[in-house]
Amino acid sequence: MEVIVGLDILFEPFSYEFMVRSLFISILVGITLPMIGSFVINRNLGFMGDAIAHASLPILVIGSILGISIFLSAIPAAIIIALSLGFIIGKSTIGEDTAIGIIFSTFFAIGIILLKEFNLSTTLNIEDILFGQILGVSDGDVLSTLVLSVITLSIIVIFYKQILYLSFDPIGAQVTGLNLKLYNNIFLIILSLAVIGALQSVGIILVISMLITPAAAAKLIMKNFFSSIFVASFFGVIASVTGLYFSYYINIPSGPAMALSSTGIFALCWIFRRSIRLI
Amino acid sequence: MSESSIVTESCCVEIGNSLVLDDVSFEVTRNSLIAVVGPNGGGKTTLFNAITGLVPLTKGAIKINGENIRKGNGNIGYVPQNENLNWNFPLTARQVVSLGQTKNLPSLPFSKKNNKSLIEECLNDVGLYELIDNRVDEMSGGQRQRVLLAKILAQGANILLLDEAFSGVDIGAQISLIEVLRKLKDLGKTIMIATHDINNVADRFDEVLCLNRHCCAYGDPLKVFTQEVLSELYGNHSNIFDNHKIGDHGGNSGA
Repeated sequence: MEVIVGLDILFEPFSYEFMVRSLFISILVGITLPMIGSFVINRNLGFMGDAIAHASLPILVIGSILGISIFLSAIPAAIIIALSLGFIIGKSTIGEDTAIGIIFSTFFAIGIILLKEFNLSTTLNIEDILFGQILGVSDGDVLSTLVLSVITLSIIVIFYKQILYLSFDPIGAQVTGLNLKLYNNIFLIILSLAVIGALQSVGIILVISMLITPAAAAKLIMKNFFSSIFVASFFGVIASVTGLYFSYYINIPSGPAMALSSTGIFALCWIFRRSIRLI
Repeated sequence: MSESSIVTESCCVEIGNSLVLDDVSFEVTRNSLIAVVGPNGGGKTTLFNAITGLVPLTKGAIKINGENIRKGNGNIGYVPQNENLNWNFPLTARQVVSLGQTKNLPSLPFSKKNNKSLIEECLNDVGLYELIDNRVDEMSGGQRQRVLLAKILAQGANILLLDEAFSGVDIGAQISLIEVLRKLKDLGKTIMIATHDINNVADRFDEVLCLNRHCCAYGDPLKVFTQEVLSELYGNHSNIFDNHKIGDHGGNSGA
């Protein structure tokens, strides 16, 4: 009897179509963000990921004013943000973190003001954008997240070696003829795509948790980088799907639910890091 | 083919407002082990960057095996200073060495088997075959240097440039590294190493380049380390650059 009740808890939510859509998005976000996050944590780019999420707000708002869906504005948004952040950081003499801090708070402030001024509450709910509202996703959102995830994952697979080489030994890699600027920009663009693709589910403020926490947890227990990428995605899927259940049953926004699930996984990995050391 | 693998002719490099290399000329004998010594800020790293094409020359020329330098010439392998690498990445020796082949085999994730033996061979050449599946970030300074050396061997490089290869490396590991480098030299490699340890240069190297913005001396360590050269290298000698300013490398012909 108890088993049936347990299974009910697991399957009941998916009798609703919106929950199936949410599950699909959770899995996509859970795979993509931690995979790219494995590079992010080792390159110390966490703050950059956070900045990209915040900086995307005005572009999404402008898209919404023009009646363009988040998906269609996401790609140009990702490219604009990635390239402008990359350019300004490259030129800056005030330090990377400082430059990122100034740029992202400026973009975010512009986004909030635009949002208030144009009164977009019908098309763009500020709370959903900030904290994520996975339960309200449409078929179009699922498709857009799928496309963004496929693009991001394909680029990681194709350029894995180049991105890894330039991340580990930028000077040695350039000597062999790899273009540091080009691959850094490619990396920033896919990071932006992944982050923007996840805004619907995790929200601007907490997207960083799905980006770095599962990857950090995987790094604690895995012996090498290549395998830690897959474990990071595995943890990401568990965290996002668990978050989805919490969101459904306790009626809390999906972003915080997923963030706390990630933290839970990280805490377990930290506790057992000495007893579990996998290849 | 000429006997010299690297020839620099009156090279000047400016970075920002400072003239980092000034009228540097020397010829590196093929198949030799060369130390590059000089004070901090003397231009050792910049010289390596110029040889690899990472920084442009303001004036002069560098020829590698008789050809002009270009970036992406797989013939040159560069091991930068330790702190320029990102040791956060938990990579095994095998993974690091395989990176050396990135340029040759861009679709490497799908063609692992082809180069497995080359990776093993390169790690064997540097004496680290037993540690092939160990993490590089957990290795000692000397072992890290040897893994990075194996990486540029896998790249197919014949000219090996190592920047500050002995810094943070204990004396025993330095000796093992030199033994590995001597063996590689015997296999036909030309190797330049920037170092601060001038006491051991004569025992360890065939030739030495004394660099302090310009080439103070080049040749057999036993012959070039005169009192005069050493004071020019490390003493206060700004007066010798009196004629040299940004944009005016003066007196190449006259001085």
